[in-house]
Amino acid sequence: MKLLFKLAAKNLIGAGMRTWLNVIVLSISFIVIIWHKGILDGWNIQARNDMINWETGGGQYRQKNYDPYDPFSLTEAHSNIPASFDSIVSKGEMAAILISQGTIYPAGRIQSILIKGINSDQKILKIPSSQFTGNNEEIPALIGRQMANDNGLKTGDLVTLRWRDVHGTFDATDMKITGIFETNVPTVDLGQVWVPLDRLQKMIGAPGEATIIVKKNIETEVPSTEGWKFKTKEDLLKSITDLIKIKSVGGIVLYIILLSLAMLAIFDTQVLSIFRRQKEIGTYIALGMTRGQVVGLFTIEGALNSVLAGLLAALYGIPFLAFQSKTGISIAGAGKEYGLALADKIFPAYSFGLVATTIILIMITTTIVSYLPSRRIAKMKPTEALRGKLQ
Amino acid sequence: MKRIAIPMLILCVSLTAQNPSAKEIIEKVDKNMSAESRVFTSKMVIHNPRNTRTVESKSWSMGETKSYTEYISPPREQGTKMLKLDNLLWIFSPATDRIIQISGHMLRQSVMGSDLSYEDMMEDPHLLNHYTGKLEKEEKIGDRNCWVIILTAITADVAYQTQKLWVDKDRFIPLRKELYAKSGVLLKKMELSDVLQVQGRWYPKKILFKDVLKEGEGTEFQMMDIEFNVKIPDYIFSKASLKK
Repeated sequence: MKLLFKLAAKNLIGAGMRTWLNVIVLSISFIVIIWHKGILDGWNIQARNDMINWETGGGQYRQKNYDPYDPFSLTEAHSNIPASFDSIVSKGEMAAILISQGTIYPAGRIQSILIKGINSDQKILKIPSSQFTGNNEEIPALIGRQMANDNGLKTGDLVTLRWRDVHGTFDATDMKITGIFETNVPTVDLGQVWVPLDRLQKMIGAPGEATIIVKKNIETEVPSTEGWKFKTKEDLLKSITDLIKIKSVGGIVLYIILLSLAMLAIFDTQVLSIFRRQKEIGTYIALGMTRGQVVGLFTIEGALNSVLAGLLAALYGIPFLAFQSKTGISIAGAGKEYGLALADKIFPAYSFGLVATTIILIMITTTIVSYLPSRRIAKMKPTEALRGKLQ
Repeated sequence: MKRIAIPMLILCVSLTAQNPSAKEIIEKVDKNMSAESRVFTSKMVIHNPRNTRTVESKSWSMGETKSYTEYISPPREQGTKMLKLDNLLWIFSPATDRIIQISGHMLRQSVMGSDLSYEDMMEDPHLLNHYTGKLEKEEKIGDRNCWVIILTAITADVAYQTQKLWVDKDRFIPLRKELYAKSGVLLKKMELSDVLQVQGRWYPKKILFKDVLKEGEGTEFQMMDIEFNVKIPDYIFSKASLKK
């Protein structure tokens, strides 16, 4: 076996340019697959972390009428915060959010928004609620950077806010932008304004009420309570998880194309080798090698392409991938309009599992592709092969 | 003493007779403005900061809860139909051949970029059912003598907590309306003009709506023709009529 490996390696190196072309193509496949998977994994990790930090926490209790996809549900989607949660809320392990609809008039334009009320002392979400400052005349309000840009608003601006109370009566007053926060999660930014919870409860006439209650991202018991349904963190992250899965499936098409190109080159090389090296095959058999050993030799030769490709890929790929994971890939603005939790830069994440899987996948594929044309050797007559006669 | 007291008494009696109570005024306003049913064709001229658009429509309404509108022009909006039953509104768009339902806060949004909300356009509430009035003063609008009445909501489910009305003394038609938020912020202004007699009642042919929080010159709502208390078949106020 050792001899076969030595012989295969010698033959492979001896093939010169033909080998190196195969190896280069295969090494590019290695790098592109790892790089692409790394981006998706990096995006997944970043998006999940951002959504947990900004929106989902460790899961949410939702008022039974609340449907985030149906704004009509909001008029009915609020009720008293369960008394059993009082101690948990006061310990800072839950944050209540009340949601209502409203309209703002930035620079005389009309814009429909969601008004979200959150406790100013909450620490569960990254919404900088401690910035709810100012006097009682104007409503202190926080908005995201995208919302600020879309409406030309900046810190300190006064904007008229109009809303309706629970009975449907209009009310309006000025709100003051006391802070603008930077977030990668558009679902807490676009078309919404954050105000103090107690203020919003008073504004719409719903004291002590909330629409959702966000749980801290820690493993604790989830008590059930009437009138509220609990959504786990995974339920809430399902959209992003599904999206990454779809993207991963889309990526497989790319991998198949890349690997097909590389495998085509290896297959072609193998077919050509067997055709041109008939005398050599005959000599091996004449010297006592079994047909199986000769098939094995050619298969190993082909498979060694992937080993060389792996080494070459490591040579230029490790610095490239390391550089990418450090500097990230800029995708500023892309996807935020569609509500995707996408940072301005994605930092690829390469796990051991990702690299090992890619190496194993390519090696197995190369070995199979190398073996397939080599099977012809088993059908060769050694005497004919020695004479170099075409079979 | 007698010589002063008698004329004073006569003056007081005549003043009281001249100035009906706010309730009486509102009752008469309701008689003019509201009806069991209405069928009208209207033109809405929407003045936006950048352009002016005109939308024509025909509407059928019954009481405070049922209303149906069909757009006649421009061609882009032609065939669009809206049905409002209580707090639910369905809109049929011929371009998509779909009926969409809107309710809640969406009813408070502007109709086609105008200064009117769906509620403003499609509702015909009796003021006395929802407000109590207070006669504040008398003022002139143009050459018309008006009573200025402050309306304060007596039911919780009204859009505007307070309204200010300038009611024509002779015709019992509001010539100006101001609609206020609970906080006292002025939200909308309406100027009612071209008052004509229709079926024995006074009615303004033209209403200028202005959302004062929004830029623009407001929206003119012109009645092309109107009929009161006509019999409207029930099928008009059904979802099936939207796709007809």
